Amino acid sequence: MMQTSQERGSLTLFYRFHIDLPLFLALACLSVISLAVIYSAGGQDIALVQRQSVRIGIAFTVLIVLAQISPLTYKRLAIPMFVVGVALLVAVLLFGVVGKGAQRWLDIGITRIQPSEIMKIATPMMLAWYCSQQQLPVRWTQAFGGLLLIIVPTLLIAKQPDLGTALLVFSSGVFVLFLAGMSWRLISAALVALAGFLPVAWFFLMHNYQRQRVLTFLHPESDPLGAGYHIIQSKIAIGSGGFEGKGWLQGTQSQLEFLPERHTDFIFSVFSEEFGLMGVCVLLIIYGFIVYRGLAIAIRAQQVFSKLLAGSITLTVFIYALVNIGMVSGLLPVVGVPLPLISYGGTSMVTIMAGFGILMAIATHRRLVLRD
Amino acid sequence: MNRRRHNALRDYTAEAGLFASRAMICMGLVATVFLVLLGNLYHLQVTGFQEFQTRSNSNRITVLPVPPNRGLIYDRNGEILAENIAVYSIEIIPEEVEDLDDTLTRLVELLDLDESVVSQFTTQMRRARRFPQIPFTDNLSEEQVARFALHQHHFPGVSVEARLQRHYPYDDLFTHVIGYVGRINRQDIQRLQANDSYNLYAATRTIGKLGVERYYESVLHGKPGFQTVEVNSRGRVVRTLEFTPPVPGQDIYLEVDVQVQKIARHQLQGRRGAIVVMDSENGGLLAMYSNPSYDANQFVRGISTTAYQALLQNSNNPLINRATQGRYPPASTIKPHMALLGLEDGLVDLETSIWDPGYYELPGVERRFRNWRSWGHGWVDLRKALQVSNNTYFYKLAHEAGIDRIHDFMRSMGFGERTGVDIHEENQALLPSRGWKQANLNESWYTGETLSVGIGQSFWTVTPLQLATATNILVTEGRRFQPRLLRATRDGEQLTYQEPFELPPLNVRDPMFFSAIMEGMERAVSRADGTAHAAFVDAPYRAAGKTGTAQVISRAEAEQEPELVLVDGEQVPVEVDERLRDNATYIGYAPADDPQITLAIAIENVGGGGRNAAPVARRILDFYFDYQKSVEQAELRDQEEREEERLQEERLKEQREEQSDDAN
Repeated sequence: MMQTSQERGSLTLFYRFHIDLPLFLALACLSVISLAVIYSAGGQDIALVQRQSVRIGIAFTVLIVLAQISPLTYKRLAIPMFVVGVALLVAVLLFGVVGKGAQRWLDIGITRIQPSEIMKIATPMMLAWYCSQQQLPVRWTQAFGGLLLIIVPTLLIAKQPDLGTALLVFSSGVFVLFLAGMSWRLISAALVALAGFLPVAWFFLMHNYQRQRVLTFLHPESDPLGAGYHIIQSKIAIGSGGFEGKGWLQGTQSQLEFLPERHTDFIFSVFSEEFGLMGVCVLLIIYGFIVYRGLAIAIRAQQVFSKLLAGSITLTVFIYALVNIGMVSGLLPVVGVPLPLISYGGTSMVTIMAGFGILMAIATHRRLVLRD
Repeated sequence: MNRRRHNALRDYTAEAGLFASRAMICMGLVATVFLVLLGNLYHLQVTGFQEFQTRSNSNRITVLPVPPNRGLIYDRNGEILAENIAVYSIEIIPEEVEDLDDTLTRLVELLDLDESVVSQFTTQMRRARRFPQIPFTDNLSEEQVARFALHQHHFPGVSVEARLQRHYPYDDLFTHVIGYVGRINRQDIQRLQANDSYNLYAATRTIGKLGVERYYESVLHGKPGFQTVEVNSRGRVVRTLEFTPPVPGQDIYLEVDVQVQKIARHQLQGRRGAIVVMDSENGGLLAMYSNPSYDANQFVRGISTTAYQALLQNSNNPLINRATQGRYPPASTIKPHMALLGLEDGLVDLETSIWDPGYYELPGVERRFRNWRSWGHGWVDLRKALQVSNNTYFYKLAHEAGIDRIHDFMRSMGFGERTGVDIHEENQALLPSRGWKQANLNESWYTGETLSVGIGQSFWTVTPLQLATATNILVTEGRRFQPRLLRATRDGEQLTYQEPFELPPLNVRDPMFFSAIMEGMERAVSRADGTAHAAFVDAPYRAAGKTGTAQVISRAEAEQEPELVLVDGEQVPVEVDERLRDNATYIGYAPADDPQITLAIAIENVGGGGRNAAPVARRILDFYFDYQKSVEQAELRDQEEREEERLQEERLKEQREEQSDDAN
C-alpha cells in the first residue's frame, strides 16, 4: 500500500474510476494501431474500420464496467461461472450451431453465444479460487484436482474443434497452478506426461485438417500452392518488410491479396510488411509493457485469488501474442489465435478487455479488500 | 468460519513471496520468448530481407509481352489486301472454370452458337497451349458481347477479349498470292526456335502460313513490346508499372493490281487454270490467279475439320496454286524458246525454209511424227513456223539438237527449276533428261521422245509462272528477272522500293534472234493464218503471243497413239469427257513494239489454246490498256481540274480586290 502512494497521487482521478492509467494507455495504443492496420489490410475499406471502432468502444465499455466490480465479487462468481460455462460447452456439443467447419456457437434465440469465450475467464477464475482455498504452494493432490478442472473445459473446446481456444483455456489454468507454486517435480512430470500424450492426440484426437496444419508447419515449402501457401506468403510479407517496412498502405503482399486472412489471424504479417522490424519492436514493447504491468499488479495484489487471477489473465494475453506471432512467422503451426487487440473481430477482443477490466479491478480495489 | 480460521493461520508473507518469485520467473520467460520471437523476425526481416524482397516482387510483378500489330498488305495502288480488324472473342481459362461442360453448354445457349464450337474448343484444349486462355468463339456481334456482359458473373473464368484479327477483304481473290495467317502450331514453334526468333512471338497468336504472309513473315510481324505489371494473387493486372511499346511490322506493297487480278479471275470463272501477268520491265507480278480459289479468312479463325476436309477432297483442288504448282505440258507455247535454241546453235537460220509434208520422219523409225495440219504447211521458215505453230519444223529442230542440249538450254531459260518467286508454294515441274528418265523410270531415252519434247509434250511440264518468266526473257531480249510479288515495304513513313532481282542475262550470239522470234509471235496474232489471230482481231494495240494445246491423255495412251499427241488450232473433239479435253495454254506480251506486260495462261480441259486461252489474253490486255488509259486520263483530268480550280480562285481573288478597290 505504501509503495504505490506516489503513483496514486498523480493517478487519483483514474483510480477513483478504477482505471490503471498506464495499462489503459497501452491498450488504447494497441487499439489505434489495430484500426490503422485493419484499414490497410482490409483494402482501405472504411466500413471495416467503422465496425471495428464500434467493437473497440464496446470492449472498452466492458473493461470500465468490469473494473468497477470488487475482486471479492469475482471470487464469489468463480464457481457459478465455471459450472454454467461447462454446462454451456456441453450444450454446444449437443445443440451447437455449426459454422466454418466447427461447432462453436450456441443459438439462444436473440443472438449466438460462444461459451468457449466465457471459459477463457471462467477457467482461471475457478482455478484461482480453487488454489486460494489453502495455503500456497499447492500440493500434489490439489494440483491434480486443478488439472482435472482445466482438462474438462479444454477437451470440450478441443472437441468442437477449436484448438486455439482450447490451448488458451488450458494455459490460463496452468498459469494459475504454476503461479500457485506447483512443485517443479510435478511440472517436470506434467511435461513428460504431455510429451506422452502428444502421439495419442495425434492419432486419436486430432482432426485431419489439424494434422495437416502441423505437417504443413513442419514442411511449408513442400506444398507451396496448397496448405503451405499461407505460411510462405506470410513469411514473404514479413521478410520483405525489412527494417523500415514498405510504409502504411504500401504492403504489396497484403494490398495485392497474396496474404490470407489479412485482417484477422495474419494481421501481424501485414503490420510487419508495412512497418518493418522497427514497427515490430514497438509492438513487442507495448505487449511486453502490458505483461510487465499486469504481473506488477498481480504481485501487488493482496488476496491470493486476485494475485493468481491477475497473473493468469496477463500471461494468457502473452500466450495469445506468442502463438499468433509464432504462427505467422513460421515458428509454430497454424492455429486460429488472433493477435490480441489488433486482429479484426469482436469476440476475442471483448473477452480480452473483460480480462483487463478484472485486472484493473484488482489493481484499484485493494483498500476495499483490506477493509474486508 | 472454517475458512477464516484457516486464513488466520495462513502465512501471507510466504505466499506473497512465492507468488512474486513465480511471477518473476514468468516475466523472465516472457522476456526470453519475446527475444526468441524478435530474433526470428530479425532473421526474416534483416538477414532474409533480400531474398524475401525478391520473392515478394516476383509475386506481384509480371512482365507481359504485348503483341506487335502485323504489317498491312497493299496492292501497287495502295488498295488494302490484308488488314487487321478488331474482333471480340470469348476466351476461357479452363483452370478457372468449375464445371466446364456446364459452362460451355450455357455459353452456347446464351450466345446462340453452333454446337460445333464445343468440339472445336475441346480439340484446342487438348493441344499444346501457349496461353492460359483458349478462344471459344470469335467474331462476336455487338449484341452477343452485350448479352455476355450482362451475364458475365455467371461465367467465372470466361471473358470477352478484343483483339486484332487478320482480315482479307477480297476473300478468295488473293489467297494463292497472299496466303493467310493461322494459329501458331507446334511445327511453327520448332521452326521459330530453330531461327532463334521464338521470343519475338511471346504474345503473338498467329503466324503466316502460306503465300506472302509466310514468305515475308519476318517483315510483317514486328517486335513485341513489354509491359511490367503488378498482379494480384489471382493474376489480375492491377496496374502497369512500365510499358515498352511493340514495334509494329512493316507494311508491304505488292506488285499485284486488284483490277488486273479481278479480270483474271473473271476470265477463269468456272474453269480450272491459272493466269500470270508480269511487268515485262522488272518481273513484277501484276496478277497471279489460280482458279478455283478459296476464302483465306476461314483459316485465320481456325478452319473446322469438315470445311478443311471439303477443301482437301474437292476434285478441283482449290488448295493448289496452279500458277506456281500446276504442272502443265507447255505444248506449242514452248516453240519460241525452241526457236531460240535452234538459232543460237545454228541448227536453223532466219532465211532457210524447210518443206513440211505434214509429218516428220525419223530415219529407221516407221512411225511418222505428224504436224497438227495433216496436209502440212508447205515451205516453212522460222517466223512462219511460229506463226502457224508448225510441228514439223520443231521436230526437225529438236531431233538435230538432241535431248541433252534441249535440257541444258531450257534449264538456262528457267525450266525445271523454281523461279524463286517470293512465295514458298512453288513446284519446279519437270524438265526431262536422259538422267532423269533413267533414275525415275529406269529406261533409256528414245529419240522419238526428243521430238515430242521439241513441241512441249512427252514428260515435259512447266508451271504457268515458269512459262511467263521464260517468255519474258525473250521479250526483254535476254534479260532475266526473277518473278516477284513484293513492290515496296513501308516502315512508318519510310517507303523502300524493292529493287528488281535480275539474274545475269542470257547471252546469245546475235540479238537479232530475239527480234525474229518476237516477230514470229506477233505474226501468230496479226496474220490471218496465225493461231491467235481470231482472238485479237481489231485489237487497239499490237499484241504478240503463242498458243498451245495439250491433249490430256495418260502417257501410256499417248504412246499408243502418238500421232494424236498434238492437235493445235481449232480441231477440238467436242464429245469428250470433260476431264479428257485438251488443256489450253497461251503466252503473250504487248505492246509488240514496246512490251509492257508479259503473260502466261493455262486452262484445263477446255480445248485448243487458240480458241480458249488466246481470247482470255485478249480480254486481259484490252482491260489492262484501257484501264491504263483511264488511269492516265483520270490523272490528266485531275490535273486539269486542279488547274481550273486554281484559275477560278485567282479570278475570285481579282474580283474581290477590284470590289475592295471600288469600295475605297
